[in-house]
Amino acid sequence: MRLKLHIWRQKNANDGGSFATYARDDVSPDMSFLEMLDVLNEELIESGEEPVAFDHDCREGICGSCGVMINGSAHGPESGTATCQLHMRKFRDGDEIRVEPFRSRAFPILKDLVVDRSPFDEIIGAGGYISVNTGSAPEANLIPVPRDDAERAMDAAECIGCGACVAQCPNGAAQLFTSAKISHLAELPQGRPERFARATKMVEVMESYFGSCTNFAECEAVCPKGISIDFIAQMNREYLRSRFK
Amino acid sequence: MKLDGKVPAGPVAEKWTRHKFDLKLVNPANKRKFSIIVVGSGLAGASAAASLGELGYHVDCFCYQDSARRAHSIAAQGGINAAKNYQNDGDSVWRLFYDTVKGGDFRSREANVHRLAEVSVNIIDQCVAQGVPFAREYGGGLANRSFGGAQVSRTFYARGQTGQQLQLSAYQALSRQVAAGTVRMHAKTEMLDLVVEDGRARGIVTRDLADGTMASWSADAVVLATGGYANVFFLSTNAKGCNATAIWRAHRRGALFANPCYTQIHPTCIPQHGDYQSKLTLMSESLRNDGRIWVPKAGGDSRSPDQIPEAERDYYLERRYPAFGNLVPRDIASRAAKTVCDEGYGVGHGARGVYLDFADAIARLGKDAVAAKYGNLFEMYERITGEDPYAVPMRIYPAPHYTMGGLWVDYHLMSTIPGLFVIGEANFSDHGANRLGASALMQGLADGYFVLPYTIGDYLAPRMGEEPLPTDHQAFREVEGEVTDRLDRLLSVQGKRTVDSLHRELGKVCEDECGMSRDRKGLEAAIAKIQALREEYWRNVRVPGAAADLNQSLEKAGRVADYFELAELMCRDALDREESCGTHFREEYQTEEGEARRNDEDYKYVAAWEWTGAGDTPRLHKEELDFENVPPSQRSYK
Ligand SMILES: Cc1cc2nc3c(=O)[nH]c(=O)nc-3n(C[C@H](O)[C@H](O)[C@H](O)COP(=O)(O)OP(=O)(O)OC[C@H]3O[C@@H](n4cnc5c(N)ncnc54)[C@H](O)[C@@H]3O)c2cc1C
Ligand code: FES
Repeated sequence: MRLKLHIWRQKNANDGGSFATYARDDVSPDMSFLEMLDVLNEELIESGEEPVAFDHDCREGICGSCGVMINGSAHGPESGTATCQLHMRKFRDGDEIRVEPFRSRAFPILKDLVVDRSPFDEIIGAGGYISVNTGSAPEANLIPVPRDDAERAMDAAECIGCGACVAQCPNGAAQLFTSAKISHLAELPQGRPERFARATKMVEVMESYFGSCTNFAECEAVCPKGISIDFIAQMNREYLRSRFK
Repeated sequence: MKLDGKVPAGPVAEKWTRHKFDLKLVNPANKRKFSIIVVGSGLAGASAAASLGELGYHVDCFCYQDSARRAHSIAAQGGINAAKNYQNDGDSVWRLFYDTVKGGDFRSREANVHRLAEVSVNIIDQCVAQGVPFAREYGGGLANRSFGGAQVSRTFYARGQTGQQLQLSAYQALSRQVAAGTVRMHAKTEMLDLVVEDGRARGIVTRDLADGTMASWSADAVVLATGGYANVFFLSTNAKGCNATAIWRAHRRGALFANPCYTQIHPTCIPQHGDYQSKLTLMSESLRNDGRIWVPKAGGDSRSPDQIPEAERDYYLERRYPAFGNLVPRDIASRAAKTVCDEGYGVGHGARGVYLDFADAIARLGKDAVAAKYGNLFEMYERITGEDPYAVPMRIYPAPHYTMGGLWVDYHLMSTIPGLFVIGEANFSDHGANRLGASALMQGLADGYFVLPYTIGDYLAPRMGEEPLPTDHQAFREVEGEVTDRLDRLLSVQGKRTVDSLHRELGKVCEDECGMSRDRKGLEAAIAKIQALREEYWRNVRVPGAAADLNQSLEKAGRVADYFELAELMCRDALDREESCGTHFREEYQTEEGEARRNDEDYKYVAAWEWTGAGDTPRLHKEELDFENVPPSQRSYK
């Protein structure tokens, strides 16, 4: 396949950045998107240039490290797929592809396609856990969990924390990410004692970094794990109830 | 050096309980006077850092990813073992202990393994209390499945994402401590060396990966939880950033490296499909429960699989191992696949692949039932290969996956450098020459939640009142200088070849000569090749950019430089061990039927290697192993 890539290059956080264009004429449809970038990088290094920096690790769609905007869409054209799992057979010979970092006020660009997503860790630190010290847990089967509740908790818990939801949202909101953790824990009996305090604190931290949600639902469309926006509604209920407590 | 495993006396089932009572304690008010460095935030590191923080210690935790949550543990799929016996099928702590010692082919320390089996039950309790959404039965109790050929159902799971859910719960416990101020988390920060002074571990030197800033960190104890080294093979199922730098640097500073040649090659991975390939993807082992493995009887048969009639297929596992068939243990399945491909029967790219066929299962159970069991795996396969496994058989091939070898530790999980503890995949401790499925997650959490928090106190208690070494001490200055020099050297070579191209070549040598089967000639040749490649690396590598910057090429370059040294040790260890055991298969030592021939008389020991300087032959130390409870027997899966 022959492709033309327009890739965002930016030296560091203070640099303005701009697109650079790279023509590719030997792309195999069986390559993953990141392998296509690997090959480009090998050539850049050999020709004495700096390779394109991008985050990645597992390359199995689970660690949440990777993630770029591909033609304006977080993680690219294939639904339910992280950038590392996207393969070039999803593109056509002759395509032009624009590759940009996940842009958001809360995610400053560090270099090229690498951004700083640390506010997500702060949201979790604000209450995205169950307060149980090591060693103090009761026998596991003393806490029966209805199967449907466990399944629903798991639906929410599958979030990989990649930040695609924020990058795609016109407001740069982090509702999908935050609600996934609040719902996961509120769904389980173990998580209920702290549910309202958790919702309050996590939402506060979220709002201090991110924009607000106006129900565009673009987050759900690009989420590589298909996390449902129903969880945002659930978070709002948890949050409201915490206000009335 | 006399290696003392410090295994406590008494019957194996009572050792840990009694020993916990004998361990020295640090009283609660004094814990905050101690600082501990934990390198790694995977299951082992995150669980340790969280638990130590809860106890009141000052903890600094490091990881190279941009968030602690992303450690490689997150990619584990299948599940975690625990001897709960919820299924009433005859499981017990003793059985899990027995299976693990036997599965490790009698090359692990009984006392450690028994402790692991004991605390396995606490792990499940802890994880459930933390909110891990494990699979449930309709009655609300926890569900189990049987995994990796075990004869009882003791594996707990959360869909195909058990590692993710365990990792996130450990990360959340860690985040709670970060918010409480007991743990300082340093993401995107890589440990590049260990500081040893007066024979004790005193701290580490790190590089901030976002901007290249070097820093020194001092503490009363250092814990390495940095995972395995399967990326020495270049292509493996490990995350791209997984590396051996932390343990290798510690090895060079005096920590013995145990059993480096025990590396696990997982049988069911998606085969390589091109030269640009960057990693291999694991397909859960559970596929072997219903899939049948075969190759065409005629080598080079290029017909599509559905055109090959039944009579012209060789279901080689079913043929060679009628009792276990497609469910033989990992090492046996992997080696058999390699053998048929070596003999020219392989299929697909480079004829390195075998079929994993679900046609019979679909005919027997119906497509829907197969989809219900394996739907997301089939989807993943199709996403990567573009082929529909409901219609054509999958192609699979073994891939490097897990490393049983690692830094040598005693019963307290302390290395041969006092004050340096090693937990999780980074140590050598519990799996002998072969790890059973769903046991790595168990070990990581056992070490971090339930073993280290006890044993580290025994080291710290007598040191009450001692001050950690200041980071402007000469010892720190020297190590910082060495680290900086090394980075500068890598940047200044400015040769012709990229890090990846040299790493690929190294990986190929390791895979061919020190992979699923090994022999003297090949290993000797491999050592020479590795030395030559290493020499080329330092002469001809090209690393662009600067040290004081986000520089992913430089990160890789340092890790690969360490792999070049580790690879040689791996081959030396494989050469030295003149027997076949577990994953270590030496062509020269096999039975007439082609099975592994272990030699307990001469090799019933842990091989622990001492670094003697660059280019010098490492020195071997042996820890003899005793099997008082599980008498060594020959594994047989016929
Ligand atoms: C695809 C796959 C599937 C698996 N499935 C299963 C399964 O189903 N069941 C099972 O039991 N096991 C499974 N395993 C094995 C298991 O996942 C690992 O053995 C285990 O998770 C290792 O945990 P760990 O905490 O020791 O290390 P890791 O999770 O690898 O964590 C290492 C940590 O160390 C940090 N680190 C490394 N080097 C440095 C450095 N130099 N400086 C700073 N930080 C550093 C990393 O950032 C990371 O935080 C699987 C493995 C793979 C590859
Ligand atoms: S690299 Fe891990 S999700 Fe893409």
